[in-house]
This record gives sequence, C-alpha cells and structure tokens, in this order.
Amino acid sequence: MTQTEVQPTVSAHAHHAPPERKWWHYFTFNTDHKVIAIQYLVTSFIFYLIGGVMASAMRTELATPNSDFVSPETYNNLLTLHGTIMIFLWIIPAGAGLANFLIPLMIGARDMAFPKMNALAFWMIPPAGIMLALSLLVDAPQAGWTSYPPLSLMTGKVGEGIWIFSLLISGTSSILGALNFLVTLLKMRVPSMGLNSMPLFCWSMLATSALVLIGTPVLAGALILLAFDLLAGTAFFNPSGGGDPIVYQHMFWFYSHPAVYIMVLPLFGAISEILPVHARKPIFGYRAIAYSSLAIAFLGLIVWAHHMFTSGTPAWLRMFFMITTMVIAVPTGIKVFSWLGTLWGGKIALNSAMLFAVGFIAVFVIGGISGVMVAAVPFDIHVHDTYFIVAHLHYVLFGGSVFGIYAALYHWFPKMTGRMMNEPLGITHFILTFIGMNLTFMPMHVLGLQGMNRRVALYDPQFTTLNQVCTVGAYLLAISTVPFLFNAIWSWSKGRKAGDNPWKALTFEWLTTSPPAIENFEVLPVLTWGPYDYGVEHLSEGEEPPLTSPELQPNTSVAS
Amino acid sequence: MLAGILLTLVSIWYGQNHGLMPVEASDDAALVDGLFNSMMTVGTGIFLLVWGVIIISLIRFRRRAGDETDGPPIEGNIPLEIVWTAIPAVIVLVIGVYSFDVYNALGGFDPEAADQPDVVQVAMLPGEEMATPLIDSAIQKPMSAHHHHMALGVGADPETMGNAPDLTVKVMGLQYAWIFTYPESGVVSGELHIPNEKDVKLIIQAQDVLHAFWLPQFRLKQDAIPKQDAELRFTPKRIGEYPIVCAELCGPYHGAMASKLYVESQEDFDRWLQAQMPTPSSSEQPVATTLPENRSAAELLAVHAEQIGVDSTVLEQLHSQHDSQGSGVISLQSNLDRAEPITEYLPST
Repeated sequence: MTQTEVQPTVSAHAHHAPPERKWWHYFTFNTDHKVIAIQYLVTSFIFYLIGGVMASAMRTELATPNSDFVSPETYNNLLTLHGTIMIFLWIIPAGAGLANFLIPLMIGARDMAFPKMNALAFWMIPPAGIMLALSLLVDAPQAGWTSYPPLSLMTGKVGEGIWIFSLLISGTSSILGALNFLVTLLKMRVPSMGLNSMPLFCWSMLATSALVLIGTPVLAGALILLAFDLLAGTAFFNPSGGGDPIVYQHMFWFYSHPAVYIMVLPLFGAISEILPVHARKPIFGYRAIAYSSLAIAFLGLIVWAHHMFTSGTPAWLRMFFMITTMVIAVPTGIKVFSWLGTLWGGKIALNSAMLFAVGFIAVFVIGGISGVMVAAVPFDIHVHDTYFIVAHLHYVLFGGSVFGIYAALYHWFPKMTGRMMNEPLGITHFILTFIGMNLTFMPMHVLGLQGMNRRVALYDPQFTTLNQVCTVGAYLLAISTVPFLFNAIWSWSKGRKAGDNPWKALTFEWLTTSPPAIENFEVLPVLTWGPYDYGVEHLSEGEEPPLTSPELQPNTSVAS
Repeated sequence: MLAGILLTLVSIWYGQNHGLMPVEASDDAALVDGLFNSMMTVGTGIFLLVWGVIIISLIRFRRRAGDETDGPPIEGNIPLEIVWTAIPAVIVLVIGVYSFDVYNALGGFDPEAADQPDVVQVAMLPGEEMATPLIDSAIQKPMSAHHHHMALGVGADPETMGNAPDLTVKVMGLQYAWIFTYPESGVVSGELHIPNEKDVKLIIQAQDVLHAFWLPQFRLKQDAIPKQDAELRFTPKRIGEYPIVCAELCGPYHGAMASKLYVESQEDFDRWLQAQMPTPSSSEQPVATTLPENRSAAELLAVHAEQIGVDSTVLEQLHSQHDSQGSGVISLQSNLDRAEPITEYLPST
C-alpha cells in the first residue's frame, strides 16, 4: 500500500474561536457537509420507517389468502409506495448521507466541492418524499415501483403524476449529489493522497457517482415521456396510440438496474472500511476490491434487460444479457472473498458494527447466489415476477444495503455525534434483524418456485402457511427497529463520550475531533500510512499524528 | 480436507433433493429443473463455504479480553486472489453454456416463434374505439409487418422446428381473465384444455395492459403485450389439472387473474371440444365463459375468484368500491366492453 513519509511541519498557528454547531442548524439550508449528512440520514430513516409501516400492512394483508385487511387498490398503492420509498427515499439518500459525511473527512477536505449545490440536493428530498407519502391520502399511484405502461396510464392520473414528479425531483437530487461526490473525490484530496491510497469507501463512491450520472438522466427521459403520455395524451409508450411499452421498460431498467449497484456499492465501501478496523487486520487485496467496484459499475450498465427476459426481448438479446449478468458475479465474488480473507486470522471484535458487517456478507451472499440463478434465462422464465424474485431482491437490498447502513451507523455514530452507542442494545438489534430478515424472506424463495406470483393482494390458499411465516418475520423486523431507535436517540444525548478515535482506526476521519469541528481539520492531515495498515510496525508514533499547516502544505509536503 | 469432502457431498445431495420445484408436467420442465439442480448444487457449496468461513472466523479469531494488539499485517495474496477470480469465472461460464443449451432445447431460438399465424386476430385499430376482429387479411398484413418481426417467447424445440403444431390456441389476457380461442373449431373458453403428448402452440396476446402467462408446472412464462404477439410452444407429458397464473401486475385484481389448464387424453379433449361447440339446434347451450353483455364484472370475476378462495360477495363489494373511485372504472368496465367483440366471432347461433 502506498505510504508517503513526510516530515511533520510544526504548526504554531493562531486559532480563531471555532463557531459552534447549534441544533437548529439541522433544520436550515446549511452548507456544512456534516450537517447535510445528518439531514440525509435522519430524513431517509424516517422514510424507512414509513416504508416499513407499509410493508407491515402488506404482510398483514398477506397473512390470509383473501383480501380482507385492505382493499386490492390500497394494496397496490402500498406496494408501489413501499418500493419507491425504500429505493428512492431510504437507501439512495442514506448512501448519499454516508458519502456526504465521510468523503470530505476521508480525503482531508474541509467540505464538498460545491457546498450550496450539496444543500440544494438534500432539500429536494423532503418535498419529493412528502408529496409521495401523502399521495396515499388523495390518489396514490398503484402501478408498482416499475410503473409499466399501459397500466400506469390507466390507474389514475393524479397518483401517477405525483409518482413521476416525485421521482424526477429525487432523481435530480441524486444527480447533483453524484456530481458533487465525483468532483470532490477527484479534486479535493490532500496532495499526499493518490487515487490508490484512497480509502475503499471513496473508490466505491467514485463508481456509484459515475453510475448515477450515466443512468439517472435516462430514467428522467423515460419519466418525462411517460408524463406526456399520461397528461398530454401522447403515445410514446401507449400501444393504443401506436406506442411501444417495451421501450419504456428498456429506458426504465437502463437506470434501475444500475440503481441496484447505486444502492449497494456505497455499502460495499462501508463494509471494506469497517471490517479491517474491527478485525485489526489490513484489508485483504486493496486493489482488487477497489477495481472490482469499477468493474461492477461498468458491467452494471450492460445487464438491464435481464429484468425483461419474459417480456418483449428476442432470443439473442436474452442470451447477451444472460452472459453479462453472470459475469458480474466475478467482481462481486472477489469482494466477498477478500472480505473473508480480511476476517481470517484477525482479532475480531464482536460489536454491533462488526456483527452487522459480517451479517451483511452472510445474507448478501445468498442474494448473490440467487442472482446468478435468475440470470440463467431458462430458470428465470419460471421465476420471473414471482416471490422468488421478491426474496432475491430483499436479500440484496435488505441483506445488503440495509445491513450495510446499520453497520455504518454503528461504526460512525461516535464520529458523527461524539458519543458511543449502547452495545447490548445494538447486539439485540442485530439478532432480531438477522432472524427477522431470514424468517421473512427465506420462505419467499419456496413460494416463488412453487408458483406464487408477486404483487398480489389475493393468492392461492395452498400458499397460506409459508406466507404466515413471512408475516411473523416481518413483524419481528418491525420490532427490531425499536431497540435501534431507542439506542440512537438515547445515545445521541446520553451516550458515553467517544473521544476522537474510539476504534483506533487509521483513516483520516478519526484524526479529528468527534464530532468534527465545522471545518473538519484544524490543520489538514498528511498521509503517513495506508488506510488499513493494522499490525504494521511503524505505527508506534501513532499517538501523535503528524500534521502540517494548511498554508504550507501544497509546497512543502513533498513525498519522499 | 474432510470439511471439503463433506461440503461437496452435502451440496450434491441437497442440489438433487431440495424438493422445491412443483411437479414437472413436460420434458421441458425437466430440462429447466436439471439446470436449477446444478445451480443449486454450486450455490449450496458456495453458501456453506462462505458461512463456514464466517462462523469459524468469528469463533477462532475473536478478540480475547485484554488483547489490544493487531492481527498479522497480511495485505493480500496474489495466487489466492487469482484462484478466487478464476473459479467463479469458470463456474459462470459453465452455467452460461449449460443455460444456453437448455434454452436452445426448449425452443428459444425458433425463428418461427411469434410469426403471424393464419388465425383471426383481435386487436384495436388505431383510432377506433372498439376492438374489431381483423378477419380481413388486407388489414391484418400491414399490422403484422409492423409489430411481429421479432421472435418473442419460446418456440418449437430444434427437432420439431418448422413442423406445424398439432394444436394452436390463442390466449388473450385482459383484466382479469384469460380467454382461450381455438381457431380451428371457433371454441372460446375461460379455461385451457389441451391433449396430452401433443405439440401445442399458444399465441399470447393482451387486450388492455401487460399480463404474463405463466404455467408453473411447465416452467414456462411469457408476457402478454398489447399488439405484440408472443408464443409458447410445448408438449405436455402428464395428464392433470394445472394452475394458470398471471405474473405481471395488471391492476388491483391481478391476484385473482387465474385460470386452469387441463391436460387430457385425446379422447377427453375431443369430447370437451365437441361439448363447447354450440350446435345450431341448442342455442341456449352456453360457451364456457363467453362474455355476454348482461353479466356484471363481479359475476365474471366470481368464476375466477372462486378458484383461489375469494368470496364472490367480497369481490362484488370491492368491485363497487372500485367503481365508486371514478377513475378506476375505466380499467375494469371499459375492458369488458372491449372484450365483447370476442363473442362476435363465435359461430353465429
């Protein structure tokens, strides 16, 4: 790993009294990346709870084969909003929140490249989300989060219109955020940090941002055309006017498959940060993990039609997308095996952050295996649009992204708030989540294989038992958030003081105070060791991190 | 070593004995299951490997109390990394080739698939309010030229490619029913009857929104797309009654959109077909699930709802709620209106 030896230049440097961060700053148009990060994380978690309540309502309905808890229309409203909220208002913004907090700190910058644009990107999320959630009170969309025409053109203009505009706003937010991350990563690293000595989270955000910038405009195009079909009566996608609904599917999935990687890559990065710290061992295969993120991003752009194997997709196209989809298992496998290599032989601390990180690998690998299965066209023809897919996608997005977000929250909570979270509550949270998740989603594999289609409010009574198991699991998942919520709120004000570096980690964010001062670093840090050099001898002087004054840095911090 | 052998044996055993798939009602289904079993074997192996390493690590390499030191500074191992890149690459390559082979054997590459058959087509002409049966070939030709140049679905397997199927049935998906038309006899039915061991070709069409025609026991599925015909061609090998499922969200009652497939002996099939044919003398004999104008939507749905255990009164109630919401009326009622012309090409009684 790259090491840069630099003579510490002493900084005897006048301090101006640092301005204080007040609680009400979090409710304003603030341009501090750390404030924005907390805004993203708290807002997205609220939407997670809303989406979770919807999921619980759906599982309650599905406890019996008949339609008895909510009407089938309401059920379709719920499934549409659940999917849309969890993707566009929980996982994607939560990833943006983590990136906002970590990128400047990890690369030794004082803020993002475009702070005002950063704040603007965040403030687009609440209106988009509130509009979408409140649509339930007027006329909610009910064509699924995929919103395929012609159904989406026939189920109510108001709800569908709200859905389209909500997504356009949150998509724009996502583009602005990605632009900011990309420029920050490429232009604002401390001079001593080359690309190959960036923490792996930065690599994964580089790949994520590229995907957002390439994919999201295509979704916006599809949504705008759909809005014309819906509101102006054009027929881009409407077959009754000569349009082609399959074109919408292509445009939609051109974004929405990469969106899976947009949702999971930041957490791949977070896991790569968390594992070495709590296993006290360098990450295994830094470059392989870093470059596999780029490989996943590239391949992620050429697999979208695997969502359309049973749709209007001709044979040769099915084969092409089958091969590209399967190949993506290779870089993903590299990551999983490298993480296992990191664990092996380490000194693993079994705290909440580590449990969620290891849980992430354990459940994500199940989603990966079923992912290769559904890539195989003959098998996918059987399971497409069934509960097997519901199981697969939740293993990837819940087992992957949500476990990853929890791991990241437990790991960086001390840095964000200056206080430790309660460990027994965290471990309880993990156990409930792990059991609840597998109980909810594992039986869905069987349901799908046996013949249960997805997105149904009514189903064949032969599937009742397994559905009830899923429902119990879903309730357990709902309960599992209680210890977390309590823990987070209580620890934020009453938790044990964390100190600057409670985990004895080596990346830059742990060199500053907890929570970091408004401009992050009193003096900008200089890279003297790799981000994961655990167990490496030269760390004995680590108590006193070498620092240089920012004024002198560009000229004097010359790498040896 | 012992663990490796055990892992392999468990994977192979589970891959063959998972019992997760429904009955195989055709040879094609057996092919798909063979592929699934192989993937299940490999998948079980990877699962056991990863979970095994995790569990061993958490036990063996957990931090002991009071130990504040770091682990060994191992930053990688190039030969090992090459191995765990190469093995998955080989695995997906093999699965890819195997899948390609199965897909070919199913008939996925039949270039004839979805070619316009010489049967009556129902579709809406642009600009017309009502669907019109397009018997006039002059009208039909340009439409097919526009919409059917791509082969969609699963066609004949390589051996029977080019042969005419023994039976062709047109499948029309509409909110929330499947309508089956037997072009040779003119029979229209709400359930699908096919003779056993015969090469059957289904032409999948949609009237209103996207649907997907799924036969779980045959491992076959194809989306029904308005104005874009698709095809499923297969040979049933097992007499019995099978569910037909709609597998593409098509509206609130998507879950109720189901029907039955009956695979029967040739004699039983002929008898059924005969019984469905309205004879000129007995005009009151109803054709199964035709759509007379005086039946309410709920009555129509009740037939299908019953099969999945939904009380028809509940359904009626839901349906009236649905109507009262105004905009929702379009989806159900207008489609029933559009469906009416189907009755027009029954032999006039």
